Amino acid sequence: MTLLTLPAADRFEAPGPSIFDFPPLFEGAPYWLTKPVVSAILGALIVCALAWSAFAKPQLVPRGMQNIGEKGYEFVRDQVAKPFLGKDTDRFMPLLLSVFFLILLWNLFGVIPLIQFPVASHIAFPAVFALTIYVVKIYLGIKHQGLIGYFRNMMFPPGLPKPIYILLAPIELLSNMIIAPFTHAVRLFANMFAGHLILAFFSLVGFWFLFEKLTPLGAPVGVIGVVMTIAMTGLEIFIQFLQAFLFTLLAAMYIGSSLHPDH
Amino acid sequence: MNVLAEVTGHIGAIGYGLATLGPGIGVGLIFGQGVQAIARQPEAYGLIRQNMLLGFVLTEALALIGLVAPFIYG
Repeated sequence: MTLLTLPAADRFEAPGPSIFDFPPLFEGAPYWLTKPVVSAILGALIVCALAWSAFAKPQLVPRGMQNIGEKGYEFVRDQVAKPFLGKDTDRFMPLLLSVFFLILLWNLFGVIPLIQFPVASHIAFPAVFALTIYVVKIYLGIKHQGLIGYFRNMMFPPGLPKPIYILLAPIELLSNMIIAPFTHAVRLFANMFAGHLILAFFSLVGFWFLFEKLTPLGAPVGVIGVVMTIAMTGLEIFIQFLQAFLFTLLAAMYIGSSLHPDH
Repeated sequence: MNVLAEVTGHIGAIGYGLATLGPGIGVGLIFGQGVQAIARQPEAYGLIRQNMLLGFVLTEALALIGLVAPFIYG
């Protein structure tokens, strides 16, 4: 007679942060050659290949891949770069375009079968991007406004009553110098981390209750798990695109605020 | 010293639950007023959407830091 439910010994174990630990790819590989690293490199190569195939021999009337490439370029230029950079848009388009498409592809790896790991869910990858943008921001700010001028414009924006500055200056300094790059990286990391955990949880629910330990009472739970996995994957694709877009948007905003201080 | 009251178990989950209160209200305010602004002036949709997304991402960051913090501490 089949059991209706499971004995207490076989309990469903929810996935935890340990699903983000990866061993080296094969025996004898260096310790750093893991699946996330290979996915990151693969993503970079694919972005290079796509850009090459789109723009290697540009025609005046675009056809095929160049059409798609131009649409992507126009999207980043008009929605991300132009609102914040104005006339300096063309100077920073290479940086913003690369950042956008690389992070988008890295995020999408989270839902592509066989890879199924969003590269940004290891904090190192978004941290390096955020650090790069941070260094660019400070370098440009000091170059365009001078060392003293940069901090003075940041901490003491003109046109406020005098006593406010006592409160505003430390907050502005802390916010722009410490909190901005931190949240820039952690936002992308936490979104991908949480998304991956959600997908892992629901797919494990579906697999456990339908295949591993099939019981009459547990099977509907498994079906719910599968349905939720599909729904969450759709939501996850949307979130991945949104996070890549917003990362690039904030990068453009930080660079723009360095080039033209608060108007 | 005697312990008067104690909370045990998954403090991280309670912490995250508390962390969603503020950003939940914040995001609701942002998009609610954004929708109102679009209704008042539909031709400014691009400008409003850009500012909506900017405000959303800054508010959402706080909730996400609250999500990640329990994993850092244990």
